[in-house]
Parts: sequence; structure tokens; C-alpha cells
Amino acid sequence: METLLLSRIQFGANISFHILFPTITIALSWVLLFFKLRFSATGDMRWMDAYRFWVKVFALSFAMGVVSGITMSFQFGTNWPGFMETVGNIAGPLLAYEVLTAFFLEAVFLGIMLFGFSRVPGWLHTLATFLVAFGTLMSAFWILVLNSWMHTPAGFEMRDGVAHATDWFAIIFNPSMPYRLLHMLLASGLTVAFLIAGFSAFRWLIGDRSDEVRLTLKTGIVLAAVLIPAQIFAGDLHGLNTLEHQPQKVAAMEANWETGPNVPLVLFALPDQEARENRFEIAIPNGASIVLKHDPDGVVPGLNDFVAEDGTLLHPPVAPVFWSFRVMVGVGVLMLLMSWAGAYLLWRRGTDGMNPWLLRGFVAMSFSGWLATLAGWYTTEIGRQPWLVQGVMKTADAVADVPAPMVMGTLVAYLVVYAVLIAAYVGVLFYLARKAASGQMPEPMTPQSGDAPVRLVPAE
Amino acid sequence: MMTLFGDPAVWLPIVFASLMGLSILIYVVLDGYDLGVGVLFPFADDDEKDRMIASIGPFWDANETWLVLAIGLLLVAFPVAHGVILTALYLPVAVMLIGLILRGVSFEFRAKAPAPRKRLWNNAFFAGSLMTSVAQGYMLGLYIMGLEWAPATIAFALLTALFLTVGYSFIGATWLILKTGDDLQKKAVRWARRGLLGAVGGIAAVSVASPLVSPRIFEKWFAMPEFLLLAPLPVMSLLLIGALWMMLRHLPHEHDHWSWVPYLTAMGLFALAFAGLAYSFYPYVVPEYLTIYEAAAAPESLFIILAGTVFVLPTIVGYTVLAYVIFRGKATELRYD
Repeated sequence: METLLLSRIQFGANISFHILFPTITIALSWVLLFFKLRFSATGDMRWMDAYRFWVKVFALSFAMGVVSGITMSFQFGTNWPGFMETVGNIAGPLLAYEVLTAFFLEAVFLGIMLFGFSRVPGWLHTLATFLVAFGTLMSAFWILVLNSWMHTPAGFEMRDGVAHATDWFAIIFNPSMPYRLLHMLLASGLTVAFLIAGFSAFRWLIGDRSDEVRLTLKTGIVLAAVLIPAQIFAGDLHGLNTLEHQPQKVAAMEANWETGPNVPLVLFALPDQEARENRFEIAIPNGASIVLKHDPDGVVPGLNDFVAEDGTLLHPPVAPVFWSFRVMVGVGVLMLLMSWAGAYLLWRRGTDGMNPWLLRGFVAMSFSGWLATLAGWYTTEIGRQPWLVQGVMKTADAVADVPAPMVMGTLVAYLVVYAVLIAAYVGVLFYLARKAASGQMPEPMTPQSGDAPVRLVPAE
Repeated sequence: MMTLFGDPAVWLPIVFASLMGLSILIYVVLDGYDLGVGVLFPFADDDEKDRMIASIGPFWDANETWLVLAIGLLLVAFPVAHGVILTALYLPVAVMLIGLILRGVSFEFRAKAPAPRKRLWNNAFFAGSLMTSVAQGYMLGLYIMGLEWAPATIAFALLTALFLTVGYSFIGATWLILKTGDDLQKKAVRWARRGLLGAVGGIAAVSVASPLVSPRIFEKWFAMPEFLLLAPLPVMSLLLIGALWMMLRHLPHEHDHWSWVPYLTAMGLFALAFAGLAYSFYPYVVPEYLTIYEAAAAPESLFIILAGTVFVLPTIVGYTVLAYVIFRGKATELRYD
């Protein structure tokens, strides 16, 4: 294989592995702050137990996110030097602000949050928890600003082939940023909601009837039930925004070849890019026009509009975008059904009246947020191809001139490490849940104030 | 406002090169100690390993962030150099990254995985720390050799890889002298004594090799009056090495007196060595090929980063100090469940 494709696979693998963990930590940090605040307000140990279990998951996820994030920052240079050479004047400050305002804040206060519980006053520990949550949010903000700018660049001008910033406000609040940020934050919330619901259900099923499990099961299901309609709404807005700025991506998502009115909503098809048609298509008449234009006669863009005179494709590969989009939507629908069924049962019958099969369903969906998030990112990022920065530079123009075998070698090494780590991560989460369910957690810690010489207690 | 200090195309690259240099130096003396603790792992027993981890647990993540800042500054301030340097160092960078991944996650896994797996994650922590140290030393050597891959330069890079690894174990040992007591502290003193030899060897090798490789660097050091003006650098280094050697023969003292001095002195030694390197390579960011002025990003973009940095960096230093104050004292006991 050639260097370009291998480099793309390598970056795709790294960023896919990386995003799994921030997706958890962005929202879990706020859930932890919620647990901590409830404990501070009520003194009820259930909240502290919940905090102590989930802070372990947080610590582990955070470490995975940090180390895979460092990898990303180096790969800009090792594999994609053209990116920074062309748009470094815009990407650079955004990344710098992420490091300065987010990374250090997270890293320093994480130490206090995890290890400082018995070393600092309660309020300072709560403050550290807040600052970690705030730091992860800032990190998400800056990186999504940059990512959105790559989709909908604004506030710059090209001079001698290099982008120069002209309006920082326009760069930061570029057209797709608010939608993408909201969509991603809600995705993080849903991922965590299903993770908490799934592991609480798991503990319940293996016999854990503690107050803590009742509390977290309810927290997870209610959070999911509240967030999923918001996410569907936000996703629709984001899709309409994409239709406006990147119509070729939406055309690929819908596998629609010809521009026109009364475009059907394709439910199933095997898009054939060679023949430029769909095979085995099952579709709802006028569906896409209704979804995208809210009118059966609405004109929807087609892929054939995005082919240059000389036959060069200016639209993304159709099948991956079409299918990732369907996986994301499918998981979303499943999330809606599960969380509302769960919430209904909780409301009618309480935790003890939960149907065991529904609980098993939640266990099965513990990591469904990962699937939906990845599918969503594949939709939008593959959907941006062949552009690296929409309309400004192509992916092929940024790649490093590194021998293909070298890229291949390191790719294999990364994949092996990532596979082992994901297996270990999931394994350890279930191990922690089993251990918590069998009541082998250490005796509850009580907050102390002052700096009395206390042991260094890790949040392992 | 940008012209306040003269031509922004002149002063901004200098400011950013200084900031980047400062980040690298802070990274080396901070992450250096926790990498060093990892490199020393096989020499400790299980109980000592727990205490060694306890001594770095609250700090390692923030320490590593200085590397992200340094590489980020290279990326944002000198985008062209960033591409040239990192593509030339493709393999060692990959080794370092995998090492950083392994050791970073091992902190958490060794504490959370089932007990029988702990040994495995201890090994991963050691392997990751070793890979990172070796790769960084190798990159340093190759950088000094002008980023050329030839048998002689690779041999030199392997040498600096060895020396930097031992150097990290040295600064790691001095950290353990500060943060531990009893037998582990005595052990750490022995480790530090041995490690000091490696650190001295590394500084000597680089000091001899870089003027030999580059006539330009030779000229910068051995012309008059530069030679005399620069004399304090090697002289102070020798004094610090001598002081360390004497100190390490007598530590630990009763009531733990002076236990903080070796780490501080080690920091001083690393800073002096770094200052020497920085002087040698200025104004180049890619040795003999690309100066900081040629590689710098647009002044407007640099200025907007600088504006933020001026406010944020003191804040970062402030809460870093807070963390070190909160976790001051000996890391005596660590509890696992």
C-alpha cells in the first residue's frame, strides 16, 4: 500500500482510539462533580460511594486519553507536515490555546482530585473536581473549533499558498462549530449515561443491591432518557448545517446521485461508485427531501454535481459515509427505545421492578456510545474527503514523504498496542464492577480538612 | 503594539524559541525524574515499587504536559521545522510514543487490575519508561548530528540514548532521595551515585562531539572573547558535579537534612547543560539548515499566542506549585484495594 493510504489508516486508528476516552471523560467529569456536590449537600454516603467507584473509571480513562492524545500531537509532524505548513497560522494558535488553557489545568488538578482527597479541605477537592471538568470542556471546545474550521473554514486569506488569519472571531465561531460542539458534547453525555447504566445493571444482575447501584442505575437511565431527544434535535440541526456548507457530504450520507426534488430516503443500498448508482435499494419516497428540506418537493443535492470536468471526484467515497451514518442513526434509535423503556419502568415500578432482560440490554449497550461516536466521526471525517481543509487543501497534499514500509511498521505496532489496551481497559472495568459488587471496596474515606499528615491514598 | 519591541519578525521568533527551550528544559527536569523512577524499577522490590509510584503519582501527568507544550510550540511557532524534524525522527518518535502510552496507562492498570496482573503492568511501566528515555536520548544525539542517518551518527545517537537514560535514572534517584526514607532512600543514594557517572559521561560526550561535528559551533565556543565569557558554564557544571559527588557520599544525614539538595543540584546541572546546547544551536532550529527566523509562523499568529501565554503561563506555574505544596513531604505509604 502507498504512504498516503497507510498514513490515513494510521491517523484514523490513532484518533479513533483516542476519541474513545475523551468521550468518556468529558461528561464523566461533570457527573463526578454532580456526585461530589450531592454528597457535600446531603452527607449521604451513597453519593460518595458512587463517586469513588466512578472516579476510578475516570482515572483510567483519563490516562488512556492523555497518552493517546500525545501521540496525535506528534503525528501532525511525523505524518502530515503539509497541514501545519499550509494552515499552521490558524491551527497553531488554536492548539496552543488548548494546551495552555486545558491540558495543564486538567493534569495538575487531576492529581489533587485523585490523590488529594485526604490531603486538602473538602471545598478544595470539590474545586479540583470542577477544574478538571472545566479543563476537559475547554479542551473539547478548542479541538472542535479547529476541527470545525477544517470543515467550514472562515476568517482567513491565502497568501503565497499559506493561510493567514484575518478575523479570529470568525475563525473560532466558524459556521459549523456551534453545531459540532453541541453534537459532540451530547454524544459524550450519552456515552457516559449508557456506560453508567450498563455497569450498574451489570452489578445489579450479579447480585449487588447496594444503595449506590440503585442510585447510579437511575442516574444513568434518566440522563440517557433526557439527552437522547436533545441529541436527535441537535443532530438534525447539524445535518442541516452540513447541507448548507458541505452538500457533497450529505449527498454521500443519503447515497443520492442526482440533484433534484422528491428525493427518496434510502434505508438500505449498496452504493456503487463505479456505476454511479445504488444496488438493492430500499427507500421511502420523498423521504430525503422531507428530512433535509422539510418539504417533499425540496431540491436535494446529488453526488454527480461534484465531479470535475476531467473526471476527478470532488465528493467523498460514498459507501463508508453512507454506512457509518446509518450505524450512528441506528444506535441512536436504539438508545431512544432503551432509555425511554428503562425510564418508564423506573417511574412505574422502581429499581426493584426492572425487567432483567431490559437490564441485560443495558449491559449489552454499555459501550454503545463508543459505536455511535465513532460512526458519527467517520461520517463527518470521511465525508470531508478528498479535502483536508474544505476547499483549501487536499489530504494528499499534506502527507509526509516517509517510506511506506516505515509507516506500515509503526501502524502495526500501534494497532497491537491499542488492541491490547482496549481489551485490558474493558476487562478491568468489569473486574472493578465485580469487585465493587462483592463488597471488597476499602472502608469509606471521610473528608478531612487541614493538612494533617495523612497517607497518600490513590483513587485506584 | 506588535512593534513595541522593534521588528516583530525578529523578536517574536526569539521569544518563542526561548519559550520552547524553557518548556523542553522544564520537561527534562520534571518528567526526567518520573521517567528515571521507571527506569530504576527493576532494582526495587515490590513494596519499594509501590512507594516509588506514590512519589510520582500526583505529578507525572502534569510533567508530561510540558512535552506537549514544547512540541506544540514547535508546531505553532516553527511549523516548517516541526515537519522537517519529526519526519526525520519518524522511528524514534514512534518508539517514544508507544513507550509513553505503555507507562502512562500502567500507572492506572497496575493499581486496578487483578493482583496477579500487577507484575505484568510493573514490567510495562519499566519497559515504557525505558523506551521513552532511550528514544529521547537517541533523538537528542541525532539532532546534534544534524538529523543525518549514517553509521557514525547512529552510533553517536545510541551513545546519547544510553547516557540520557542513565541521566534520567540519576535525576529520578535524586527525586527518590527527596521523597522517600529508610532503606529505599539509602538505595536511591547508591543509584544516584552510579547515575551521576552516566550524566557526566553524557554531558562530556555532547560537549566534545558538537564542536567537532560543526565548525560553526566550534567557532562560537573557542573564539576570543567568547571562550572566556562562556567559561562560567563548564566551570559551574564541574563545581556542581563535585558538590554532588561529595554530597552523595555522605547522604542520608540524620533527621533527613539536605535530602532536597541533590535533586535541586541535578536540576541545576541539567539546566547548565541545556544552556550550553541552546547557545551552540542558536539561531538554528534545524541544525545548519533552518534558522528560527526562516521557520517562524506569521507574526500575527505568534502574537495572538503570546498574548495568551503571558497570562496563562504564570497561572500554570502557580497551580503547579500548589500541587507540589499539597503533596510535599515523604511518600510513605500507598494503599491498594
